[in-house]
Amino acid sequence: MAAAALRAQLNALLANMFTTGMVDEQFQQLQSLQEDGGSASGFVAEVATLFIDDADRIIADIAALLDQPVVDFDKVDAHVHQLKGSSSSVGAQKVKLACMHFRQFYEAKSKEGCLMALALVRSEFCDVRNKFQTMMQLEQ
Amino acid sequence: SLSCQAHTPPAFPLPHSNSIHLLLHQAKHTLALSSPMAVAIAEAPFHVLAVDDSVLDRKLIERLLKTSSFQVTTVDSGTKALEFLGLHDEDASISSVHQDVEVNVNLIITDYCMPGMTGYDLLKKIKESSSFRDIPVVIMSSENIPSRINRCLEEGANEFFLKPVRLSDMSKLKPHIMKSRCKEHCHQDEDLLSNSETNPTNNSSSSSDTITISSSNPTDNSSGDTISSSNPTDNSSG
Repeated sequence: MAAAALRAQLNALLANMFTTGMVDEQFQQLQSLQEDGGSASGFVAEVATLFIDDADRIIADIAALLDQPVVDFDKVDAHVHQLKGSSSSVGAQKVKLACMHFRQFYEAKSKEGCLMALALVRSEFCDVRNKFQTMMQLEQ
Repeated sequence: SLSCQAHTPPAFPLPHSNSIHLLLHQAKHTLALSSPMAVAIAEAPFHVLAVDDSVLDRKLIERLLKTSSFQVTTVDSGTKALEFLGLHDEDASISSVHQDVEVNVNLIITDYCMPGMTGYDLLKKIKESSSFRDIPVVIMSSENIPSRINRCLEEGANEFFLKPVRLSDMSKLKPHIMKSRCKEHCHQDEDLLSNSETNPTNNSSSSSDTITISSSNPTDNSSGDTISSSNPTDNSSG
């Protein structure tokens, strides 16, 4: 009984993530790769964890760069590019979009703009991280 | 030349004469044959070397390849890829642990944007190598830049995938592998025919296509080994 309820909760969570645009069809692709079964079980959790760790580190690194008296915008570019890649690979659509939005500010070398863009990235990331973590708990 | 490490030794010793080799070679190409020998001649899974500095993307490409029945090795840089293949710069003093092991790679798939040696640099090195220039190379990139794509194709890349790579992209890999093996076979046929007048020699060392009598099930995903030589903390931005 409890298992069925948890399953229903998980399905509702996943449906919500898709309809709000938090994740896109790439995430669906990851799910179908896991359904292949056998050696692939736990694949989604593995990839989600890699993404969370990666993004945590990158966001911290960008914040540190923006905190410098002279900001190295090329490094900011490289970090955002990397985060955009990871979010795209995992299907975290809103984070990916936030990264794309970021570009104009480091290209314009605007520290204030970058700080705003980083805040958006962080906010979107926190949302998807929470959902991923809940998902992984429900899966277990 | 490449030598295939068979998973299991042949079930019976094959006489190393040119005519038998040609016969079996033709048998493999004649799909209509239903003799037990033709059915038993199965190829080991194709081996793909995947190169990407992102640990997440390495995980993804590995899963995509294994799901598509490839044997996979992943490395996190172009330098490591060359080391794995046994290729070195002349001035490098690195001695390869793979010196005595013949590596059989059927296809290389690499990210374009990597710190240090880019996918393009790696492509060039492979195409400059006499041993490996026939191995198909696929480039992956998160950016759709036509000039970049053309540059890679001109340098000899066989295919360009836009990231995120999908499962449907995997079906494009085998045709490139088969084409390159056909090229190899054609070269071998020419060699064999021109050698047929001389004393028959043991040709197994020059054949890159060892005839493997094995029962490998192409859908058995667990048979693939992954040598992940990446440093788990090595995810520094370029």
